[in-house]
Amino acid sequence: MALNRRSFLKAAGLTTLAGLGGHAAMELLAPGALEAAQPAQVGAYPEALTAKRWAMLIDTEKFTSAELYQKCIDACHKTHNVPTIPGKQEVKWLWTERYAGTFPEQQHALVPEKVKHQPFLLLCNHCDDPPCVRVCPTKATFKRADGIVMMDMHRCIGCRYCMAGCPYGARSFNFRDPRPFVENIDEHYPTRMKGVVEKCTFCEDRLAKGQLPACVEVSEGALIFGDLADEDSEVRRILRERYSLRRKPSLGTNPSVFYLI
Amino acid sequence: MLEKALQGNKTYWGWIGALLVLIGIGFGCYLYQLNEGLTITGLSRDVSWGFYIAQFTILVGVAASGVMLVLPYYLHGHKPFGRLVIYGEFLAVAAVIMCLLFIVVDLGQPQRLMNVLLHPTPNSILFWDMVVLNGYLFLNIVIGWSHLHAEKKGIRPPSWVKPLIYLSIPWAISIHTVTAFLYAGLPGRHFWLTAILAARFLASAFACGPALLLLILFIVRRVSDLVIPREAIQTLSKIITYAWILNLFFLALELFTGFYSNLPGHMHSFEYLFAGHHGYDSLVPWMWNFVFLAVTSLILMVNPGTRNNQTTLIIALIMMFVAGWIDKGLGLIIGGFVPNPFEGITEYWPTIPEAFIAVGVYAAGFLILTVLYKITLEVRRANA
Repeated sequence: MALNRRSFLKAAGLTTLAGLGGHAAMELLAPGALEAAQPAQVGAYPEALTAKRWAMLIDTEKFTSAELYQKCIDACHKTHNVPTIPGKQEVKWLWTERYAGTFPEQQHALVPEKVKHQPFLLLCNHCDDPPCVRVCPTKATFKRADGIVMMDMHRCIGCRYCMAGCPYGARSFNFRDPRPFVENIDEHYPTRMKGVVEKCTFCEDRLAKGQLPACVEVSEGALIFGDLADEDSEVRRILRERYSLRRKPSLGTNPSVFYLI
Repeated sequence: MLEKALQGNKTYWGWIGALLVLIGIGFGCYLYQLNEGLTITGLSRDVSWGFYIAQFTILVGVAASGVMLVLPYYLHGHKPFGRLVIYGEFLAVAAVIMCLLFIVVDLGQPQRLMNVLLHPTPNSILFWDMVVLNGYLFLNIVIGWSHLHAEKKGIRPPSWVKPLIYLSIPWAISIHTVTAFLYAGLPGRHFWLTAILAARFLASAFACGPALLLLILFIVRRVSDLVIPREAIQTLSKIITYAWILNLFFLALELFTGFYSNLPGHMHSFEYLFAGHHGYDSLVPWMWNFVFLAVTSLILMVNPGTRNNQTTLIIALIMMFVAGWIDKGLGLIIGGFVPNPFEGITEYWPTIPEAFIAVGVYAAGFLILTVLYKITLEVRRANA
């Protein structure tokens, strides 16, 4: 049988569709089946820190100096090669915000002057029901079993739907190539390329090696990290003893970051 | 039939040439954006969607509005629309292609576009938007093209097209509904978090879309032998008027809920858009222009004397389209991002390359529209 141009194009087109559609159908009907069929995964470090739901407490009473905030921010940004880009296209994982901006709709003007002018540390809330994960069209952002909301920067198409979806302004977009804006690139963590979204990952890379998040490590006890699902954990004990706030509770996102007041 | 688009007079080729120049400039700017990143736009961490996504939103409405010809003709047998339906369908084709192009130019990593298909994510509204937009494009190409082909051969359109036409009616509603759901399902974006957003989108689309179609047809009539039945203009004008009334009514409902409830989150964006917020007021003149144009065009359209007069009708349609463009193309998207999640304000305005890229996309859409209309006109001239 002679293969004319028409039938060749038909066959080629169908094969392409089957390839694309087949993979898509597998992902929809049997999620993970394709990945499972691949060679065994790399094993975890034996010293890895694990939890059912990681959470962070920010002790606002212990943050008395601007230097301490900056120490935490620097530790975070240096560890993860976060670029320092001036202006409104900045990238930040951990930063400070004034009281009124941190707790809109939960604040009022008559609090002590100290509180009103105190900066508060902000980061991704690693919500239990994260809107960013709900809206992402490629699963480039996803929630892990331990509650960490992660980013796959190799899959992200840069549509920025997650930035519109996040009610906490936790996400940054690489409007330009970030590498020239990283002072000393740390070879232990990948740099990003332009056109993808990034944010705090609760230092999942450090947890995997048995280390606490970089900001917690340098915080002099002002940041407490632990398992929210474990009733006997330190975070649960402190939450029982002290009054705490979460940002924008009315949105039903159930954040894993608590502010001790 | 495409060869029919290759014959035309000097005006035709001049128009095609002008569009190609604009596409070229837009493409050049896009290469610059591809190289530098979206940093060349006016977008920021706080206002992370802007001009591109706003144009996308408007054009989904233009695409959906084709149904305002299809529905009266096929469901109610409104004969005067008979020979105009195809122009609505081809406008929908051009509009959807522009929508898809605006999504592509907005992506940070456009070469990863296929990830949306490779990792289908039904919980993302963007996934469904991709499905309904491509489906609508397919429906309108098949329906329009098969009708034109049948017309050329002097036969009845194939019977299998009929079900597709009926399917295209709810499908048109779906594309703008799903597009509204992109915004209306986000917690923490008070301006968009409203159940009436999809209804308002549809109302403004069914006014501005047919308004644009009528304006385009008036231009086509000047440069060709197109005949627009008087009754068709009158019916379409009435449809546009009712839709515009509904759009403004829905806007008034938003204002009532926001300001009578006195909920700060529901008022902030409106205050920023119409009054400015702490000295940030770059959109205020635009929004009051919207009010002026919206009300004036409403008066001109409601009054039968001015609605049935060709000159005042054209003025009203232009005013209405510009009003709709300001409302959806500037206010809706920017207003949704201001104030930011920390109740701070970052203003946004598109840059020159950003605007040229948008113009380039529009030019590409109008090139497709011109070719499709040209073929239709030539087929009909040969039959006449």
